[in-house]
Amino acid sequence: MDLKFRNKRISGILTVLPKRIVPFEEEMGDYNFPEKKSLRLKKVMGYNTHRIAAEGQCSSDFCIHGLQYLFDRSLLDKDSIDALLFVSQSPDYYLPPTSNLIQGHFGLKHDMICLDINQGCAGFEIGLIQAFMLLEQESINRVVLLNADVLSPKVSKHDRNSRPLMGDAASITIVDSCDNGEDILCSVNMDGTGAKAIMIPAGGFRIPSTPETAIEQEDVAGNSRSLNNLVMQGDDVFNFAQREVPPMILHLLERANLSANDIDWYMFHQPNKFMLNKLADAIGIPYEKMPSNIVENFGNASGVTVPTCITYNLGEKLTEHTYKMCMAGFGVGLTWSSILINVGKLNFNRIIDF
Amino acid sequence: MTMKEKIVDILTELRPEFDFSEDVDFIEEGMLDSFDVVSLVDELEAQFNIKISGVDVIPENFSTIDNIIHLLKKNGAE
Repeated sequence: MDLKFRNKRISGILTVLPKRIVPFEEEMGDYNFPEKKSLRLKKVMGYNTHRIAAEGQCSSDFCIHGLQYLFDRSLLDKDSIDALLFVSQSPDYYLPPTSNLIQGHFGLKHDMICLDINQGCAGFEIGLIQAFMLLEQESINRVVLLNADVLSPKVSKHDRNSRPLMGDAASITIVDSCDNGEDILCSVNMDGTGAKAIMIPAGGFRIPSTPETAIEQEDVAGNSRSLNNLVMQGDDVFNFAQREVPPMILHLLERANLSANDIDWYMFHQPNKFMLNKLADAIGIPYEKMPSNIVENFGNASGVTVPTCITYNLGEKLTEHTYKMCMAGFGVGLTWSSILINVGKLNFNRIIDF
Repeated sequence: MTMKEKIVDILTELRPEFDFSEDVDFIEEGMLDSFDVVSLVDELEAQFNIKISGVDVIPENFSTIDNIIHLLKKNGAE
C-alpha cells in the first residue's frame, strides 16, 4: 500500500541500550555445534557482541530512562507530547497498555492519546506511519514514538538460530508537525499467511504457559527451545525478505522519481549481515550507503535496529546536516514497510546506556 | 581442479562427516542445514569470484552437486 504525507519531520532520536555486553564467544559453548562451524557463521552473519538487558529490566524501563534523560536536559517538554506510541512485542502486561503506564509514571497531561502497537522488525516504520497519521489532526503537533523490545528472556540460550543475533534496546523518536512542504513517501505491506514464521507459541491465551510448554526440545538442526521461546523459520524469513523488499524499495524510488544512488543513506532493519548484503546487491545499493554494523555491535532489537542504525552511524552529524534517507523494516507479521524521508537538523541524535 | 571437485572440497570442509560425492539430496538427507547453506554461499562466492543473488539462496539450489554447478554457471562462474 502506497502512502504519502507532508509537513511532518523527525526532530530527535535517542537510543537506549542495556549496559551488559555479551560476546558471541561467551555463549558459543551453549550451542550444540562444533566451534569451527559457529565461528564460520560469526563471520558470515556478523555475530560479534550483543546487548542484553539485566534480569527484571522491561522494555518500559528503557523508555522511562530515556524519557527522563530527555526531560532532565530540556530536550523534550513533557507538556508538548500529544501522543505516545509504544511499539513492542514485550509489553509489561497483557493489560493495561504499557504506553498508559509510561504516561502515568511521568504524570503527562490527560489531553493526549496513548497507543500500544504490537509490531517488531518493521516497528519503526509502522510507528512512524502511525505518528504521521495522528499528526494529520490539528490538535496533535507532537508524537513521541517509543520502540522497545526486551525479548532476550524469550530466546532459548541453546538456540543458535536466534540467540546470537538477539538484542534488547529502546529508542525514542520525536515526530512533529512542520511546514517544510516536503513529501514523505511510505509503503506498508502485510501477509498474515506467513504470520507463524516468527512467533512465540506459548504464553498467550491460545496456548497458556505451563510447566510442559517450558520443556526444551531439540530440532532437526540441533537447536533446543521450548514452546515458551521465540522460534523463527529462518529460511522462510530470508526468502520472504529477498522476494518482497527489493521490489518495494524500487517502487518507492520510482514514485519519488529517484535512482538508488540519489539516496544518501539506506537505514534498514538488521537481522544479519548476510541478508542485508544480499538485499543491497539486489537493489543495487553500495554497501557504504547501507550500514550493516548494528547486529554485530548490539544485536537485533526488532524495531529498534533502524533508529539505532541512525544514531550509531550518523550521531551528531545529523544535528547539522540533512540526508535523504530510505528506511525499511521487514519480518514478524509478516510485515514489510519502507519510508523515504529527509532527516536532518535534529535536536538530538545519540545513544545512551542504561 | 574441475568445478565439481572444487565444490566437493568446499562441502567436505563444511561438513567433514559426510561424503558429498554420493548421489543423494544433501538437504533431504540432513547433510546441509540452512546455516550451512549460508556458509556455503559465502565460500562459493569467494572461491568462484561471483555474487549469488539472494532470491537464489533456496535449499533446492544446493541439494545436489549438479544443482550447485547450475547455480554457479547461472551467476557467471566458469
